[in-house]
Amino acid sequence: MKILVCITHVPDTTSKIQFTADNTKFDTTGVQFIIGPYDDYALARAVELRDQTGGKLTVLNVGESETEPTLRKALAIGADEAIRVNASPKDSFFVSKQIAHYAKEGAYDLILMGRESIDFNGGMVHGMVGELLGLPSFSPVMKLDVEGTTVQMAREIEGGKESLEASLPLIAGCQEPIAEWKIPNMRGIMSARTKPLNVVEAVSEETQAEATSYELPPAKGAVKLVDKDNVGELVSLLKNEAKVL
Amino acid sequence: MSVLVYIEQSEGKIKKTSLEAVSFAHALASKTGEGDVVAVALGTIEQGELAAVGSAGAAKVLHSSEEKLNAGVIQAHASAVAQAFTQVGAKTLVLAKSSLGDAVAARLAIKLNAGLVSNVVALPSTESGYLVKRSIFTGKAFAETEVTTENKVLAVKKNSVDLKTDGGDAAVENFDVALSDADFSSKITSTERATGEVLLPEADIVVSGGRGMKGPENWGMVEDLAKTLGAATGCSKPVSDMGWRPHHEHVGQTGVKVAPSLYIAIGISGAIQHLAGVNSSKCIVVINKDPEAPFFKAADYGIVGDAFEVVPKLTEALKAEL
Ligand SMILES: Cc1cc2nc3c(=O)[nH]c(=O)nc-3n(C[C@H](O)[C@H](O)[C@H](O)COP(=O)(O)OP(=O)(O)OC[C@H]3O[C@@H](n4cnc5c(N)ncnc54)[C@H](O)[C@@H]3O)c2cc1C
Repeated sequence: MKILVCITHVPDTTSKIQFTADNTKFDTTGVQFIIGPYDDYALARAVELRDQTGGKLTVLNVGESETEPTLRKALAIGADEAIRVNASPKDSFFVSKQIAHYAKEGAYDLILMGRESIDFNGGMVHGMVGELLGLPSFSPVMKLDVEGTTVQMAREIEGGKESLEASLPLIAGCQEPIAEWKIPNMRGIMSARTKPLNVVEAVSEETQAEATSYELPPAKGAVKLVDKDNVGELVSLLKNEAKVL
Repeated sequence: MSVLVYIEQSEGKIKKTSLEAVSFAHALASKTGEGDVVAVALGTIEQGELAAVGSAGAAKVLHSSEEKLNAGVIQAHASAVAQAFTQVGAKTLVLAKSSLGDAVAARLAIKLNAGLVSNVVALPSTESGYLVKRSIFTGKAFAETEVTTENKVLAVKKNSVDLKTDGGDAAVENFDVALSDADFSSKITSTERATGEVLLPEADIVVSGGRGMKGPENWGMVEDLAKTLGAATGCSKPVSDMGWRPHHEHVGQTGVKVAPSLYIAIGISGAIQHLAGVNSSKCIVVINKDPEAPFFKAADYGIVGDAFEVVPKLTEALKAEL
């Protein structure tokens, strides 16, 4: 089976979010970048499926050269090759066009990615790529098993889950508990150094909805503490001050 | 010209988030002069439910009662909504951000060649360009996004608009959808729904428990409090990882993002990944025995104390008051 996993390169989940002085760019000072947590689930499941069925697992990121350590980490986790589409990811539409363009050539059986990135939280790329390639897309997928060309999935719905059956090829936006995250071991890290990481040029594409400026929410005031022996006071504050009851 | 709204339903009931989308569309249409709001509803809908769509500001509902559309088959819904968009001559599609909404919106953005903004928190400003404010970094920041296409898709974040309830009656029209086999290339084999009465993603009040609850056998306390408040229950990630609670109750960066009026966190430390899923709540109450728990920094009100002592007392006090 040929599997493509699309990964994002995002600030670590504990990063302090701040922007440059003119509020037009994310300030990367002191920020560590990681594989998007949802993409990590997709990658972990893809490694298992490749190990079961054989074939090849390719990871792809649309990004500039600073994302290569993230791609190397994906290779260390178990991908066979990595592709970097050399462009700054401007919006979901632009990224989807790049992925669809690349994936069309590869004729993948399965394209997995995270349900959303944790920076822009769009949750759009799987659907857009699906529509661009004329393939069915499913998200958020929390279970995915392949038997021949039949795929059994479970998708999270608000307040529950739905089991589905579909056929390869398809696209899935993944989330836990589809697989346990895999941590690269020494052998993985060593072999990642020699696995191919190919850079391909982006196709020229417009953007449709690009961020132009950023802002932070207003700072939170201090907490009001209520004595544990006086819970009635909390009830009255919620009712009369916060007006949420 | 009209603004089209995609309505989501579950077992015949229209989702509150979709009514918020209608309210948003109504305010948008008034602002931009885009004409009426038309809603498109798919599948079997309980009688009387469509009236709320009118109250929220829609002038018309296109309803296809095709049973095959009851389940949220992503491609079929995307095809149907694209047909409605063309039929009413809309330029803007509004929907609620949700797991189905996202999946449908993404396919529509390509079908309609429309710039798509997700997690929208305010009406667009149109004075210089079409600028839409959206929530990013899981609620830790906002981005102003410029949409440059003629057609537009806006996925509205829950609880970011006031629900309109004083609209009129919506005319309900039968909507004939042409669907192909390809639209149904996947088959939904079963659906499991949460048994609770209030669904977490849409709840106005959420009561969550963390590892401090010590074990699943203690959840009765959390549920009693939730029941008293008419709230949904949630939990932190380790709690669902350990199987104390079902996965769909897991709140946070990698779980459900909630934005209720009131969020009560019991025995949850307030790790940044948990906070990311709750920081859009209007009011946060924290109950934790550790005065240094980071959650107190994000809270509006707090009680330092043992949950096993405080929570039953709080439930009693609320019962007396409500
Ligand atoms: C990539 C990534 C993504 C993550 N995503 C999420 C996410 O989406 N959601 C999430 O929740 N976590 C997430 N986490 C995990 C997160 O970092 C924390 O580990 C988790 O939130 C801690 O859960 P907790 O507060 O229930 O448990 P703990 O950190 O163990 O805290 C328990 C709290 O209970 C208090 N307590 C104990 N006993 C009592 C008592 N009797 N009465 C009152 N208080 C008591 C303690 O003082 C403590 O503050 C993620 C982590 C990573 C790395």
